[in-house]
Amino acid sequence: MSILETRETTLETDPDQASRPRRDRHIFTGLRSLGTRLLSAVGVIWAAATFTFLIQSLLPGDRATLLLNQLNGQIQERTAAELAPINEKYGFTDPLIVQYFRFLGDLATGNLGTSYQLHKPVIEVIGDQIAPTIVLTFTSLLIAWAICIVVIVGTAKRNRFFSSVASGLEALAAGLPQYWLGVILLVVFALNLGLFPVVGGTGIGGLLLPALTLGIPLAGFLGQVIRTEFESGMDQPFALTARMRGMGDTGVRLRHVLRHSVLPGITLSGWALGSLFSAAVIAESIFTRPGLGKVLVTAVNSRDLPVVCGIVILVAVIYVVANLLVDVAYTLIDPRLKTS
Amino acid sequence: MTVLVEKPVSAPAASANRTLLAVHALNVSFAVGTGRHQKINHVVKNVSLELSAGRCLAIVGESGSGKSVTARTLVGLPGRNAIIEATRLEVANRNALTLSERLWRQVRGKDIGFILQDALVSLDPLRPVGKEIEEALRLHGWGNAASRRRKAIELLDSVGVPQPEMRSRQRPDELSGGLRQRALIASAIALDPALVIADEPTTALDVTVQAQVLDLLAAMKARGTGIILISHDLSVVSRLADDVAVMRGGAIVEQGPVREVLGNPQHEYTRALLDAVPSAHTKGTPLTKEGRSGIIATSDRARRVRAANAGPVLEARGLGKSYDGPDGVRRKVVHDVSFNLAAGETLGIVGESGSGKSTTAKLAPDTGEVLLDGQPWSSLSTSQRRPRRRRVTVVYQDPLSSFDPRWNAERILVDALDHRDFSTAQTRSNRVAELAGQVGLQVEHLEKHPLQLSGGQRQRLAIARALAPEPEVIVLDEAVSALDVSVQAQVLDLLTNLQAQLGLSYLFISHDLGVIHHMSDRVLVMKDGKAVEQGTADQIFNEPAHPYTQELLASLPRLEITENTTRSINA
Repeated sequence: MSILETRETTLETDPDQASRPRRDRHIFTGLRSLGTRLLSAVGVIWAAATFTFLIQSLLPGDRATLLLNQLNGQIQERTAAELAPINEKYGFTDPLIVQYFRFLGDLATGNLGTSYQLHKPVIEVIGDQIAPTIVLTFTSLLIAWAICIVVIVGTAKRNRFFSSVASGLEALAAGLPQYWLGVILLVVFALNLGLFPVVGGTGIGGLLLPALTLGIPLAGFLGQVIRTEFESGMDQPFALTARMRGMGDTGVRLRHVLRHSVLPGITLSGWALGSLFSAAVIAESIFTRPGLGKVLVTAVNSRDLPVVCGIVILVAVIYVVANLLVDVAYTLIDPRLKTS
Repeated sequence: MTVLVEKPVSAPAASANRTLLAVHALNVSFAVGTGRHQKINHVVKNVSLELSAGRCLAIVGESGSGKSVTARTLVGLPGRNAIIEATRLEVANRNALTLSERLWRQVRGKDIGFILQDALVSLDPLRPVGKEIEEALRLHGWGNAASRRRKAIELLDSVGVPQPEMRSRQRPDELSGGLRQRALIASAIALDPALVIADEPTTALDVTVQAQVLDLLAAMKARGTGIILISHDLSVVSRLADDVAVMRGGAIVEQGPVREVLGNPQHEYTRALLDAVPSAHTKGTPLTKEGRSGIIATSDRARRVRAANAGPVLEARGLGKSYDGPDGVRRKVVHDVSFNLAAGETLGIVGESGSGKSTTAKLAPDTGEVLLDGQPWSSLSTSQRRPRRRRVTVVYQDPLSSFDPRWNAERILVDALDHRDFSTAQTRSNRVAELAGQVGLQVEHLEKHPLQLSGGQRQRLAIARALAPEPEVIVLDEAVSALDVSVQAQVLDLLTNLQAQLGLSYLFISHDLGVIHHMSDRVLVMKDGKAVEQGTADQIFNEPAHPYTQELLASLPRLEITENTTRSINA
């Protein structure tokens, strides 16, 4: 028995007694905070849905006329007799509040309405096209993280010249507009060098250029916030302690400092996932890639409101899910957040 | 169970006198800037040190004296752009001047262990402490994952961590200050290095925990480990070290056995350093030579205060304060604390971290009440209190964070003045000059921004700001704790002189028992939110009644002063 042990135990509360009720309390607070988060997630989606409902019903122009004209590809005034069956079918003449609750009820059962143009349920229209967009979004996010971690671990706090060049490039990349970058990549790598197909399919070859178009500017954004954290992390005493026990520079960077520096990048990724979804519209049209972007553009042009609203709600859901993922990632990376 | 890690058989006891460290004429400089603007800063000048097994060499000095750079040079990590020159630099039987980074990495952790202060940030805050110890073993190819795991638990046990298995899975923030400092030590001595360098190993710790960590280091020394102790605290040094080197401005000014250097200091700087340590002996005397001449004529107000000798200026009755914890449980951090503060008096509040002393001094309780001059204070609403707010001001430990970094010192002081009393620019600038004079700031300091001022100047500025509204009570919350001992001595002398001159009352909070004894007329000892003992300073320090006060005083490392010590000021 150590001579010092007895003394310490008098100052510490006995952990066996102290930890058990504490653990129960942790589970309780954990469940409560999960509940609060889910509730606020539902709140956000409800707000987005209400907003889209109001847009649908309050925009100028009669919806039945719009619907009928799209069915026939004509633009003309319709008589009341023509409109009556449409109004009947969609319930456009019901009081607004009744329509609203019907809309919410449909939403809860996954029914987002029927496309005016394609005469298919909106959920099906989105479902057909969502896969390539999701693949593109996540690939871009991965590419962005890969670029910025390689660059930062390689250059931050190393050689003054390389680290200032790298941070300059990050600022430049963060400022690049995606539509410009996309066109440049397309011209250089697909047209001039012929390394990639000009009209992208859904294969790997067609994925890389659009993903780079979205990933490079994001890498710049992520790089700027992560670099600052990384550099201050390199000066922390625990990094010095790791060196003092014989760890090399690369080890300190990868095993200790990196984990501390990614947190602001994780926060940013929550926002980025949603924003990439909307930026995908640009990349998809430049590289003529199938995906939700094309669906959205067509729907907006033809005033296919149910589809537009369906995509708006979908983007809201994606933001909410992304932010829940960010919260989970946060507590995995920094376990201190769980208890405090 | 073993007290410490078992020595490998290959290290025979006969090697007790072998030399672990031989440094001759070490110079370290740093190149600052590039090209034409490059400057060379000489940080360590002509330092020679020697250490053999089972001994402890202390390097003492104030911040900026080059002691930490010296220590880090000994493990090949002096910092970026360092230029190292020495006629001899032998560490653990290797010529450190020619070691490549790859070879250094084999030495660090295996032959030399390094302990930094404050394990809360010196251990990776995101990882369990056991993982950090396992990492030290893994880096030198020790055993496999399972045996490293067992060894880490053994090591925690050997440094006196109870329930090592459970503790090894906890992160530094889940451990108490003493336990995590032990875990840090365990990670540094995992491979039983012959030489251990401890850079301010107890600076962030409470006095009772500090005593435990010093005992642990002493046990390591007794087993034959050579220790280099870097410290600014002379009492810690006198407790552990065999030899001491006093550094100032990068050079060693005095060196030799602890008893000789501290007991009979030859160099003027060593003497000044010893004199500057506040303790029982220094009570009622200035700590610096300048301190004596600082007393200016007593003001009318001070004379009035003394003549009136009326009731207490500040009266606290049954203060209590609770906070909601992160788990939603309400915790009471201050229980039923009462005290009086008379005009012109200093009440010291002493206790370890978390004892509720700062919360008490906020004078904003949930229950109980605070009276100022017999009038209600804590029960007032914010707007009612505002006109009287100027009568109680505060100085904090870290003044830097309490200043707007973009304002210069003059603007900071002008801002603290009541513009109804000083309505013209002329009266304001006169008052600022007067305040600066009172705290010993020069005119050129007023132009500077907080970041450009030294620690002592910043604290003087904070005191001047606290004086600006002519308060009756100043709350000094660890106001000298972050300062070097000689700067601390100057600030303490300044506070004493100001009190005599202006008749101020101080509520003086500190964890440092020496400072408290030196400054206080009366002392309040706090533990776990309760006032355990209250009395005059001499009562508390000479005849402590409460067991906790006794424990606190027993763990205080005292500067061993032998008969031939001469205190230059008293002499």
